[in-house]
Amino acid sequence: MRELTYEVPATAEEAVAKVTGDEQARFLGGGTNLVDHLKLGVSTPKVLVDISRLPFDAVEQTDDGLRIGTNVRNSDLAAHPLVRSGWPGLSRALLAGASGQLRNQATTGGNLLQRTRCVYFQDITTPCNKREPGSGCSAIEGYGRHNALLGTSEACVATHPSDMAVALVALNATVVVLGPDGERRIPVADLHTLPGHHPEVETTLAHGELITHVELPVTTLAKRSTYYKARDRASYAFALVSAAAALSIEDGVVADVALAWGGVAHKPWRASRAEEALRGQPLEESAIASAVDEELRDAVTGPDNDYKRALLRGVTTAALSRLAPTEVSR
Amino acid sequence: MEHTVSLRIDGVDQEVSVDTRTTLLDALRERVGNTSPKKGCDHGQCGSCTVLLDGRRHLTCLALAVAYDGAEIVTASGLAGEGDDGELHPVQQAFLAHDGYQCGYCTPGQVCSAVGVIDEAKRGQPSHVTDDLEADIDLDDDEIRERMSGNLCRCGAYVGILDAVREAAAR
Ligand SMILES: Cc1cc2nc3c(=O)[nH]c(=O)nc-3n(C[C@H](O)[C@H](O)[C@H](O)COP(=O)(O)OP(=O)(O)OC[C@H]3O[C@@H](n4cnc5c(N)ncnc54)[C@H](O)[C@@H]3O)c2cc1C
Ligand code: SF4
Ligand code: FES
Ligand code: FES
Repeated sequence: MRELTYEVPATAEEAVAKVTGDEQARFLGGGTNLVDHLKLGVSTPKVLVDISRLPFDAVEQTDDGLRIGTNVRNSDLAAHPLVRSGWPGLSRALLAGASGQLRNQATTGGNLLQRTRCVYFQDITTPCNKREPGSGCSAIEGYGRHNALLGTSEACVATHPSDMAVALVALNATVVVLGPDGERRIPVADLHTLPGHHPEVETTLAHGELITHVELPVTTLAKRSTYYKARDRASYAFALVSAAAALSIEDGVVADVALAWGGVAHKPWRASRAEEALRGQPLEESAIASAVDEELRDAVTGPDNDYKRALLRGVTTAALSRLAPTEVSR
Repeated sequence: MEHTVSLRIDGVDQEVSVDTRTTLLDALRERVGNTSPKKGCDHGQCGSCTVLLDGRRHLTCLALAVAYDGAEIVTASGLAGEGDDGELHPVQQAFLAHDGYQCGYCTPGQVCSAVGVIDEAKRGQPSHVTDDLEADIDLDDDEIRERMSGNLCRCGAYVGILDAVREAAAR
């Protein structure tokens, strides 16, 4: 690991100033991703600015929802009574991620900004455009089982690994960000970017911008939300694909639906076309399958990741079925 | 760059000198000489380095020691009473009674994790397999398996580990 200095800023403003003014500085949250990357040589900052002691550690009820401090640990957020009752899909997504120990350490902001688990990205002996722009993408010709199928580019086919972020996109959450010029708000759906020609750029944040909070709007739809994840073992594994869903059925047809997918793209993927196709329809397996296919119209797959199409039909059907008041007919 | 951090380790206050890059795991094992937490993967993937940190189960391999100034750490060896003939913690006794190990390498992490699991369930925290997110927790076998999934056992002593955690939770 490269030599580092470590600093504890007294305020959020000081943290932002420190990182903004130094290309070689990074925020340290829980450290479960960044410390791993320091060890692997994937990330080589010279300065760590520890934000984990800043006072953003509360879940507060506001007039129109919840305000979650970035330092709220994943375990505490999942177990929070208001989250469990009002946004169960968020609890479920968090509980489906990592392990009990890791959830006690991982923070809200760190979870959102964790980086891809692409094996080549994590192996500094292999070419990777994200880690080393211009070096090539090993995953396109190599091991492709985890590759994205939507919004990919010739430069990068990596997926975003966060379960929580998928639920936050389905639940229309917003991040509150502090920069050198003050605060701004970004919908979580617009936080992460597609790879294009610059897979090294992963978010719409500028270097040094600090996520201070996540805001969740209160809706009746959110109360009927869930998360369904497919993975290689029953627990403690990243998603192959996943679905966050919220559903309201009236008079036997879909009155409203929110759907987002994990494991399919460089960002959590809001499946708006599928939502559109489902609205007004009776919730039947055939309707769900064709809605999924509609969302996948522009998908590009190879032999290694083509299985994700069928798996997406499966996880989407499973998630919506959990929320349906009656059994979903075939 | 060297820093001094104050840690309370198994009931003893200590000033530990560490490099910025030193993990809590290396600080405990190499600087303090407490080899109870084990280094399995060093990347957060196996759970063998689990301790109780400020009362909660926590990995030590992805934690830079410098960031934990003031923390209270209890390792598996600190769970038992004082001295070589000190009384074992109920979770440790249950692991003994049910052969919850073979080589024993993962055991200190399993034991600390189990203490955390039992406490989390008592406080009503749900898990991935909990049907009703708002109901009280019944720590049945599916719940125990799911909650202990962050601790791998290369010897495959899972059956004994499950029995041990079930019994310790029922006490
Ligand atoms: C073995 C293993 C299994 C895992 N399994 C899963 C899984 O199944 N599902 C899943 O979703 N995740 C999984 N994870 C990933 C885990 O959820 C993330 O590592 C964790 O959420 C990151 O949070 P952190 O606070 O530790 O972030 P850190 O490691 O501290 O930071 C991550 C990044 O975010 C930046 N950052 C942190 N906080 C802020 C902020 N407030 N503002 C701006 N930048 C910030 C840091 O600079 C860094 O670049 C797993 C991790 C491990 C090690
Ligand atoms: S998919 Fe992206 S992260 Fe993976 S090797 Fe290619 S460029 Fe790197
Ligand atoms: S050594 Fe820490 S999780 Fe494996
Ligand atoms: S007892 Fe040998 S690794 Fe678990």
